[in-house]
Amino acid sequence: MAKITFVEHNGKEHVVDAKSGLTVMEAAVKNNIPGIDADCGGACACATCHVYVAQEWLAKTGTQSAMEESMLDFAENVESNSRLSCQIKISDELDGLIVNLPESQH
Amino acid sequence: MTDPVVRVVIIGAGHAGGSVVAYLRQYGFAGPVTLIGEEPLAPYQRPPLSKAWLKGEADAESLMLKPLSFYSENQVDLRLGVHAVAIDRVAKTVALSEGDPVAYDVLVLATGARARRLTLPGSDLKGVLELRTAADAEKLKSALEGQGKTLAVVGGGYVGLEAAASARALGAQAVVIERESRVLARVACEPLSNFFQTYHTAKGVVFEVNAGVEGFEGKDGAVTGVRLADGRTIACTAALVGVGAIPNDEIAKAAGLECNNGVVVDASARTSDLAIFAVGDLTQRPLPLYERSVRLESVPNALEQAKIVACVLTGRPLPAPEVPWFWSDQYDLKLQIAGMPFDADQIIIRGDPANAKFAIFHLKQGCVQAVEAVNSAPEFMAGKQLVASRKPVATAKLVDMSISMKDVAA
Repeated sequence: MAKITFVEHNGKEHVVDAKSGLTVMEAAVKNNIPGIDADCGGACACATCHVYVAQEWLAKTGTQSAMEESMLDFAENVESNSRLSCQIKISDELDGLIVNLPESQH
Repeated sequence: MTDPVVRVVIIGAGHAGGSVVAYLRQYGFAGPVTLIGEEPLAPYQRPPLSKAWLKGEADAESLMLKPLSFYSENQVDLRLGVHAVAIDRVAKTVALSEGDPVAYDVLVLATGARARRLTLPGSDLKGVLELRTAADAEKLKSALEGQGKTLAVVGGGYVGLEAAASARALGAQAVVIERESRVLARVACEPLSNFFQTYHTAKGVVFEVNAGVEGFEGKDGAVTGVRLADGRTIACTAALVGVGAIPNDEIAKAAGLECNNGVVVDASARTSDLAIFAVGDLTQRPLPLYERSVRLESVPNALEQAKIVACVLTGRPLPAPEVPWFWSDQYDLKLQIAGMPFDADQIIIRGDPANAKFAIFHLKQGCVQAVEAVNSAPEFMAGKQLVASRKPVATAKLVDMSISMKDVAA
């Protein structure tokens, strides 16, 4: 289990308890967090689960695959800490993770 | 004064209906919501049924759109295993297969589409399958378990090809039987069809093209083969029929709503009755980017319309029209399609199909109408943006792999 905090673009926080093994995207969708659309359900096909990972957590969330990198390349408002949340697997290591959400996924 | 309570009733608890509920609550709609579904399951994702789920890489829980607790926590009256029988548009009620009719102020139809069935001799044999629901997928999965299984796939569309790929991954033989001269004949251009057929062949899938099916042969009530028009029989232990889908628009037709290969809706997903919306595979919808109306079968289409309905009902501005898009996973191939190749007058291939990494651009007067991208995410993403912008592209740049898609689209 890991506690994950999603921060909406307007600053509103949502704290959820997420099972290890799920992805950060799945944790968001199952909790109906506004701001993560995840149109493709986690197939890394749409780039609508874009998040900004808080700097101190960036290393722990792993590295981007070539696929994720090229999808993100074309997403809106990409920053150095941008990730697709469907590609971040939750583990106990990520307990306390904070991710910020972009204004829009489309 | 408070707003009068608006009662929303949704018929159909698939990806579309489930998403209407999720977006309504996400956007702050506080009124009563009833979600009626024929299947015994709460809304789940169908795309993985022929892909990750079939191969055992995803479990039932991971397919759920929302956990079951979501519906009680959000005061959603979830009625599963219940058929909507008829709509009374004057009384504004929906008659159900059990219990009292439910009253609505706003009705949303999300009844989806069902697999087209063949009425051929032997169609009712055990082991002649279709793939649309989780229950269908369970049957297919168990038919593929064990040694010495052969899956005959009738229809070389996406569902059929994905199932063939999954069958091979599970160690079963697969034979794809296609009436046309190439697979994906209705949904993809020839170079893409050729690529997929070659790739599947290398993975051990056998193709029978230009092959009409006359019926199914069986023994002790179970299918043993598919009989072709040329007299041959393709032996199999199970046959999957994947020959398209037809909209479940009977209840809408019976209620007098305008239908034309699906329930006709406008850009706000409204039917010919102001109090009734329709979303997803069921709808014949306008496609503003192409100035025409189509019926689409895709998750992004269902989500877009679900958002539109939730926006209308919560007084939000409508989102900008989206470029239709689709995806398919087969073996290590990721196919992503953006746009639709209506009236295309030029086809440009970027990359090399021999490397399983290429994209086919469909242009109309120099503008990208659609892109079919295999293992080529930048081409898909940039292509999608080009479809939306309708900006002409330089074809010389498009074929030049040394120029990045960022620069091509700039």
